[in-house]
Amino acid sequence: MAEWKSVSDIAEEVRSGSVKARDLVEKSINIIESKQEYGAIIALTAERARERAGQIDEAVAKGDRVGRLAGVPFIAKDNFLVFGAETTAASNILRGFNAPYQSTAIERLEAEGAICVAKANLDAFAHGSSTENSDFMITKNPHDTERVPGGSSGGSAAAVVLEMAPFALGTDTGGSIRLPASFCGAVGYKPSYGLVSRSGVVAMASSTDVIGPLTSSVADAALVLDVMSGSDPLDSTTIQKDASGYVLSETQNLSGKKIGIIDEYMGEGLDAGVKSKIEDAIAKLEAAGAQVERVSLPTLPLALAVYYILCPAEVSSNLSRYDGQRYGFTAKDVDNLDQSFKQSRSQGFGKEAKRRIIIGTYVLSSGYYDAYYKRAQTVRTKLIAEFAQAFTKVDFLLGPTAPTTAFKIGENAEDPLQMYLTDIMTVAVNLAGIPAVSIPAGSIEGLPVGLQLMAAQKQDKALLQIAQAAEELIR
Amino acid sequence: MADLSRDDIVKLAALARLDLSDEEIQEYSSELTAILQYVEQLQNVDITGLSPTNQVNGLTNVMREDEIVDYGYAAHELLQNVPQTEGDQIKVKRMIG
Repeated sequence: MAEWKSVSDIAEEVRSGSVKARDLVEKSINIIESKQEYGAIIALTAERARERAGQIDEAVAKGDRVGRLAGVPFIAKDNFLVFGAETTAASNILRGFNAPYQSTAIERLEAEGAICVAKANLDAFAHGSSTENSDFMITKNPHDTERVPGGSSGGSAAAVVLEMAPFALGTDTGGSIRLPASFCGAVGYKPSYGLVSRSGVVAMASSTDVIGPLTSSVADAALVLDVMSGSDPLDSTTIQKDASGYVLSETQNLSGKKIGIIDEYMGEGLDAGVKSKIEDAIAKLEAAGAQVERVSLPTLPLALAVYYILCPAEVSSNLSRYDGQRYGFTAKDVDNLDQSFKQSRSQGFGKEAKRRIIIGTYVLSSGYYDAYYKRAQTVRTKLIAEFAQAFTKVDFLLGPTAPTTAFKIGENAEDPLQMYLTDIMTVAVNLAGIPAVSIPAGSIEGLPVGLQLMAAQKQDKALLQIAQAAEELIR
Repeated sequence: MADLSRDDIVKLAALARLDLSDEEIQEYSSELTAILQYVEQLQNVDITGLSPTNQVNGLTNVMREDEIVDYGYAAHELLQNVPQTEGDQIKVKRMIG
C-alpha cells in the first residue's frame, strides 16, 4: 500500500479540509526519521514546514485559496536555496551557509501551497553519477543498500522511492535527475533548457543546468513542472511555458505516434538484461499502436567527450565565486588575500570539484581553447543538427537511461573516467537542450531499469503525454 | 598533446587559486591525462562549415531596464554569511605587501 496518494489528490484533500497539512508534514518527517540509514537526507526544515502547514490549515478553515499543491510535502536537493535549513550543495565549502533568499522554483511551489520538509543529499556541487562524492555521506539505493542510488540527485530519487515525501526536486546537468530515477525506480523529468528558472540554485554548468521533479508518476511530474515553469526576470535564460500548461488529463492514445529507437544506445556496452527490458517496453508500445523505427545519430557516441570538456570549463568558471571572502568556508591563519583565496578553496573543495576545476582551467587556457573548448562547442552544433534531423522523422526518441542497473558502492570510485561513462546515455540531451524523462521499466534481480524518452525542444507537453501512456503500459 | 605533467598541474592549480598536495598533483596528473585522451576523439570529427554553439534555446541578448529593484532584503541580512564584516562591508585580508 503506497504511503502517498497522487500530488493532485493530496492537495484536493487538504483543500477540502479532510486531511490536515500539519498531519502530512508530521507523516513525512516520521518516515524520514525512520529511514535515516539510507543517507538520503542532509537536513530537515521541520520548524518552518510545521509553521507553513499551520498557516495552510488555518487558511483552509477560513475558506481562503491555498493553491494547487496545498499542504503537499516535498524534498529539495540541497543545491536549492531554501529557508529553514542550511544550503550546502553537500560541500564542505558551503557548510553553514544560510540562504538569504529562496530559489524561484521553491517560491513558486510555496505560492501554490507545497511545503519543503527536508534537503536531500547529492554529489558535492552535483559533480557525480552516484552520490558518493557528497562531502558528508553516501546515499544508499533503496533496493539494495550495498549499491549507489545514482547521481547526482541520488538523495532526491531515493527519498521519493522510500516514500519520504510525494515528490522531490533535482537538477540535471548531464543526467543527474534521470540517472538516479533509473537506478532507484522513480520518474525523473528533465525539462527543456530554460523552462524552469535556476535563480537561487547552486550553478554547475550553466549552458546545460536544468531543474526538474522526481516523482512516483508522470502525472505528478507534469503538475509540479507546471507550477515551477515559465520565464523569470531573475534567470535570463528562461523561456515562456506553454499556454496550455503541462498538467495531464486522460491518457493519450499511442496510435500513430512515431517513436525512434536510438541505434547508438542499443548496441555495444548495453547490459543484456537492460536491453531485454527496453525491448519488452518497445514491443508493448508497438502493440498499443505506436509506429516504431530505428534511428541513428552518428555523433551521439561523442557526446560524453563534448560534455567532459564543456562541463568542467563551466564548472571552473562557476566555482571561482567560492573565494572564502563573501560566504562559505574561510581558511584561518593566512597573511594575505591571495593566500586566503588559495587556502579557503584548497581546504574547502573536495576531490572531484578540484579535478573539474583543473580540467576546466586547462581546456579554457590560451593555446588549448580552440583545440578543446571551441571544438567541443562545434561538435555540439553537429549533435544538435542530428537531433533536429531525427525529429523531422519521428516524434520521440527512445532508449535506456543508463547502460546498467545500479552499481556497487565503491565500484567506480577509483576511476573518474569510468564514473563519467555512467552518463553516456544522458548527456547528449543536455547538450541539445531538449526535454527527456526516465520512467521505470521493470527490474533485474530487484534492481530497477529506466526507460528514457526524449522530444524536440519545447515539446515538453507532448513528451509528458507519451511518457504517461508508456508508464501505463510498462508498469 | 594530452599529456599533463606535474608542472602543468602546478601551473593550472596556481591559475585556479588552488594549492594541491604532492599526492593530489600525482593523482590528477595521471587521471587528467586519461580523461584528456578520452576527449581527444573529438579531434577527428569533421566540423567543416559549422559554428560553435553557445546558447541552445534561441534566446539572444535578453535586455532589461537598468534600475534598482527593491527585493525587500536589508544589507545585514545579505551579509549574514560573510566571514568578516566591518559595518555593512566585507572585510578581506590585505592585498599588497
